Amino acid sequence: MSATTGGYYFAPPSKWPIIGSSALLFMAAGGAMAMNQIQPYGWTALAIGFAILVYMLFGWFGQVINESESGLYNPQVDTSFRWSMSWFIFSEIMFFAAFFGALYYARSFSVPWLGDLDNALIWQGYDAKWPTLGPYIGQTASNQFGAMSPWGIPLLNTVLLLSSGVTVTWAHHALKANHRGQLIAGLFLTVALGFTFLGFQIYEYMHAYSELNLKLTSGVFGSTFYMLTGFHGFHVTLGAVMLTVIMFRCIKGHFKPNQHFGFEAVSWYWHFVDVVWLGLFLFVYVLV
Amino acid sequence: MNSIFLNISLFIVRVAKSLAAQMSLMIFVLFSSKSVWADYDVNILPPVTPISHQIYGLHMYILYVCAAIFIIVFAMMFYSIFKFRKSTGAKPDVNFHESTLIEIIWTIIPFIILIAMAIPATKTVLDMKDTSNPDITIKVTAYQWGWRYDYSADDFGFYSNLSTPWSQIGQPGVPATEAKGKDYLLEVDNAMVVPVNKRVRLLVTSNDVIHGWYMPQLGVNQYGIPGFIKDTWFKAEKVGVYKGQCSQICGKLHGYMPITVEVKSEEDYVIWVKSGQAKWGKAAALTASVDNSVSRSDTQAEDPAKKFTMAEAKAHGEKVYATNCVACHQLTGKGQPPVFPALSGSKVVQGPIDQQIGVILNGRPGTAMQSFARLSDTDLAAVITYTKNSWDNNTGKVVQPSDVKGARKT
Amino acid sequence: MAYTNSAVAPTHDSGHAGEHEHHDHGPGSWTRIFTTTNHKDIGSMYLWFSLFMFFVGGSMALLMRLELFQPGLQILQPELYNSLTTVHALIMIFGAVMPAFTGFANWLIPMQIGAADMAFPRMNNWSFWLMIPAAILLFASFFVPGGAAASGWTLYPPLSIQAGLGLDMTILAIHILGASSIMGSINIITTLLNMRAPGMTLMKMPMFCWTWLITAYLMIAVMPVLAGAITMLLTDRHFGTSFFNAAGGGDPTMFMHIFWFFGHPEVYILILPAFGIVSQIIPTFARKPLFGYASMVYATASIAMLSFIVWGHHMFTVGMPAAGQLFFMYATMLIAVPTGVKIFNWIATMWRGSLSFETPMLFCIGFLCMFTLGGFSGLVLSIVPVDITLHNTYYVVAHFHYVLFPGAIWGLMAGVYFWLPKFTGRMYSETLGKWHFWLSAISFNITFFPQHFLGLAGMPRRIPDYALQFAEWNMISSIGAFILGFSQLLFVWNIVSCIRSGEKAKDKQWEGADSLEWTNLPSPVPYHTFETAPILK
Ligand code: HEA
Ligand code: HEA
Ligand code: CUA
Ligand SMILES: [Cu+2]
Repeated sequence: MSATTGGYYFAPPSKWPIIGSSALLFMAAGGAMAMNQIQPYGWTALAIGFAILVYMLFGWFGQVINESESGLYNPQVDTSFRWSMSWFIFSEIMFFAAFFGALYYARSFSVPWLGDLDNALIWQGYDAKWPTLGPYIGQTASNQFGAMSPWGIPLLNTVLLLSSGVTVTWAHHALKANHRGQLIAGLFLTVALGFTFLGFQIYEYMHAYSELNLKLTSGVFGSTFYMLTGFHGFHVTLGAVMLTVIMFRCIKGHFKPNQHFGFEAVSWYWHFVDVVWLGLFLFVYVLV
Repeated sequence: MNSIFLNISLFIVRVAKSLAAQMSLMIFVLFSSKSVWADYDVNILPPVTPISHQIYGLHMYILYVCAAIFIIVFAMMFYSIFKFRKSTGAKPDVNFHESTLIEIIWTIIPFIILIAMAIPATKTVLDMKDTSNPDITIKVTAYQWGWRYDYSADDFGFYSNLSTPWSQIGQPGVPATEAKGKDYLLEVDNAMVVPVNKRVRLLVTSNDVIHGWYMPQLGVNQYGIPGFIKDTWFKAEKVGVYKGQCSQICGKLHGYMPITVEVKSEEDYVIWVKSGQAKWGKAAALTASVDNSVSRSDTQAEDPAKKFTMAEAKAHGEKVYATNCVACHQLTGKGQPPVFPALSGSKVVQGPIDQQIGVILNGRPGTAMQSFARLSDTDLAAVITYTKNSWDNNTGKVVQPSDVKGARKT
Repeated sequence: MAYTNSAVAPTHDSGHAGEHEHHDHGPGSWTRIFTTTNHKDIGSMYLWFSLFMFFVGGSMALLMRLELFQPGLQILQPELYNSLTTVHALIMIFGAVMPAFTGFANWLIPMQIGAADMAFPRMNNWSFWLMIPAAILLFASFFVPGGAAASGWTLYPPLSIQAGLGLDMTILAIHILGASSIMGSINIITTLLNMRAPGMTLMKMPMFCWTWLITAYLMIAVMPVLAGAITMLLTDRHFGTSFFNAAGGGDPTMFMHIFWFFGHPEVYILILPAFGIVSQIIPTFARKPLFGYASMVYATASIAMLSFIVWGHHMFTVGMPAAGQLFFMYATMLIAVPTGVKIFNWIATMWRGSLSFETPMLFCIGFLCMFTLGGFSGLVLSIVPVDITLHNTYYVVAHFHYVLFPGAIWGLMAGVYFWLPKFTGRMYSETLGKWHFWLSAISFNITFFPQHFLGLAGMPRRIPDYALQFAEWNMISSIGAFILGFSQLLFVWNIVSCIRSGEKAKDKQWEGADSLEWTNLPSPVPYHTFETAPILK
């Protein structure tokens, strides 16, 4: 059906969803096999699935962009997008909440408990101080790791992300004032900052593994550290890629000063990733 | 609700019994093993500790309150069902669809009722949680699939395993060869023993997955969580034998790790401790549990110097196997691959003695194969010999208790 | 699937196609189930899918009941029994009840708020098709080395760490299902907030829309938390993290907290839409507006809010501090109040009404009694000391089947009978319907009422074999289960014969019905509805 319907654009039948589902089937099956060393099927299926997924994303979003550019989206559709994006970000917040919750629980409950009197029966002489390798893993000298100072790269990264938040807002104002030049400049800076952040993050990981001996397997500290920063890094990657797409769309002349939700959605997302980082910086790096 | 419960249930029983008659007939034909009719309970088992008495009372109290509410509420409903039916020409009173007053009333009243329930419950919770100044403390360690009790103060401890033989349980397709005894699945080789009228504090933990030390009549149900120790307590007021089971799913044999607590008089308890120290003194802690086929008919004394002949070893080994191994590796020795590998034709079993002893003493971490170090040298020697010379395996090797003893040291 | 749904087929040639050209290959060609963006198609697909899954999950339950018919091991290896228990639960919850509710949401919400379709028709299609890979993974997991997940649907570590490939497939299946429900919920919530016809204010929405608005909110809030929990499980299993491993400073109990933070709201996700359906049906057959509409809305909202702070009642036996136990006990008991308000409102709706007792109404009355029973047993369990003796016994199994089967499932069945005439334009057979109800009602109680006694007598759950004093009640329960199971075939038969050969239904089949799909639309509803928003008086 279509614009005959009171102006609200209802998408016609589409092949993309079913393609996306088959992609996920391949990826899930492949992932499961890969994790259980059933090779080469694992990696193969994973790769096939991922390829299909990328194909689907290009096709689906390409179609959305065309629809948007050919003016099919009326203000009501725009509102739908705003609602849905807000709720999506809410779900992301809850996703992160699970991992922050794990960090909180480990620090304020499980670790202190493991150090208390009753459990001394099992773990003699475990001094439950954060950061910790845990009572058993900690017994092996080769597992000891050095703490990560927040005032080096992490602080730098904070500055980078915060300023990227500023630049994207600048771009937004430029878009509304229809200054395409500033818009693209602002976006370019944002993307650049985003990828620089990622670069530093990767460097930091290598540093942690090689010098600090801080690994994913370094007890609950390593687990929470890498889970939180890694999951966040993954979101930064997504955000940066989406920003890049938006930038190219702007270069192609997409978006109007009064209607540009595609842009706003991504900037919302970017700000969200930004805020999460602040939480990370505080709870993962500073308060050790 | 109790009264309603009972009436309805009695009705159900009547209906169902007749059905059961026919159905069981059908099932007999299907499985040709006969069903057992024990007498049945409809309520919490008789309490024997201060806490479980409180629990019993609480349950009754709440049951009756709920029953009352249920009767009132549904009396109203059925009244309207009979009074206001279209077929008898009832006209709808369409204006009767809002009344702040009623809404407030039926918000407040339940609230008050709940408070009346919460107060006694709170008292019990506080008593339950107060594990202070115990008379004796016992460490309870769960493992797949049994229990270990350590009486640290008296410096001894022992394992407690299901003693119902698999010949009573049967296997899918392989019907039980022996009639089920009256304590089917509730009997253990060595019961936990406690003195009457003493505060017993339990330190519960586990060495693999989560289990639940559950004793209904003692009012105790405590998870054993690997790596953590959680404490709870009870004070049994009646001498007797009480039964419970593992309450938290812990893998294949979760249904087969019962708990038995024997409450003895002060004197008998002291005697038991003495014999316990003799039998399971710390020194012997490792070779503690004598497998039940032996302990029930105390023929097989523990003699490390013993020299097995192939025949002896296989004969005894078969018993040990039937109690400790058959559940996973099966009577046929074919196991249930890949989780429970076959022993018949297995490289490890046909391979060098020490290797197999190692696996059995240390288990295979991360798999369901746990350490059987708790079994005695003779039992291990016998069962290893049995596996090495049964089914498709005929290595001709006879393992001696001394071999096992040696392996233990390293 | 959707092909068999004549709510679509006949309407095409009944003049609607002409009104405007659609770019899709119109109703009729079955291949459209892959690509359709029509909320009615997708609704039907959801409903058929969940009916199928209901039977699969039920068949697993029947296998379990067969093993439990008498003591001893007869037909199932303990490991397989545990797998059946686990997958039975996952299928019933994620494969049967939740998709069925979403199916109704797809069918009804646009019609009830006067919208032409869901806000995001394309994403809607994906929400459905995501469930297929998940289902495939779940089924396949039975046939991989090591078998399907056997740790109970709660997947507690470390037991779930021991398991094999099957558990990874289950985890990934749940990830996918989570994505599907989040998308579905975002779609529904957006539709409700942004697609209502002029004049359809929030407080004018039918109760079903309200309950779904709140359910969708719950889903968006807790599904990601579940995803987080099982993700950590996955990394613990394969990447050496120690979230749930004391050796590294983690704690298995942590998983329980995170899981139940999802798990308890989940159980209200499984019941709130049923509340909504019941709130549509009872007024219809009482021929009288729903009593206390506003307070129903507030009650539903407060149930949702409370559901976030009661999760600890599943963990009273982990050895949490007294303060924790008391807090969770009080919070849990509190939920009885808003739930009570709903029960009372429903009864007050029947009060001074003009009642008739067609099949949907019967199921609703059954729902009232049986759900309340289940609620009461829940209340008993919320009392910490009592829960200590009943935790992980069959009393709990009885409790949740009372709230889930006569609660969620009967709510759904009432809905099916109620809206079938609207969807298909044909009537089901009342006689068969009544038989279905009474058989289910009696056999359900034969199945699950004795389980209260088993629990009180101390029979643990998740065991394939049991001590002799439990033999009799188990035998009765198993017999009930088989009657219950096979009575459900009447339901399927009734639906199929209704679609095939039921007599024509009236546009307003139920005289008391007052929501838009009855008052403003013909039966069967055309393929496209409310393309121009209805005028609300
Ligand atoms: C549809 C799903 C559903 C619903 C609605 C509920 C509703 C409730 N549940 Fe249930 N529950 C489950 C599904 C559900 N539950 C499941 C699946 C499990 C097991 C999970 C697992 O371990 O696998 C479980 C387990 C479970 C436990 C843990 C048991 C254990 O493992 O030891 C507890 C304990 O507190 C509990 C309590 C409650 C309470 C208090 C309610 C309340 O919401 C009920 C409120 C309703 C009423 C009380 C009746 C109507 C009220 C009145 C008529 C007013 C007057 C009444 C009074 C004043 C008392 N539930
Ligand atoms: C909505 C949820 C839901 C529903 C509807 C059901 C329905 C049923 N459940 Fe289930 N159940 C759970 C949710 C549900 N259950 C959960 C969450 C658990 C906990 C799992 C755990 O411990 O981890 C559980 C556990 C559970 C147990 C405990 C297992 C154990 O602890 O050891 C038992 C035992 O009796 C049981 C039985 C049944 C039965 C007899 C039905 C009956 O209602 C089913 C009726 C049967 C059918 C509807 C199928 C009909 C089939 C045919 C007629 C055959 C023909 C077949 C085809 C045509 C394909 N269930
Ligand atoms: Cu041990 Cu269940
Ligand atoms: Cu709950």
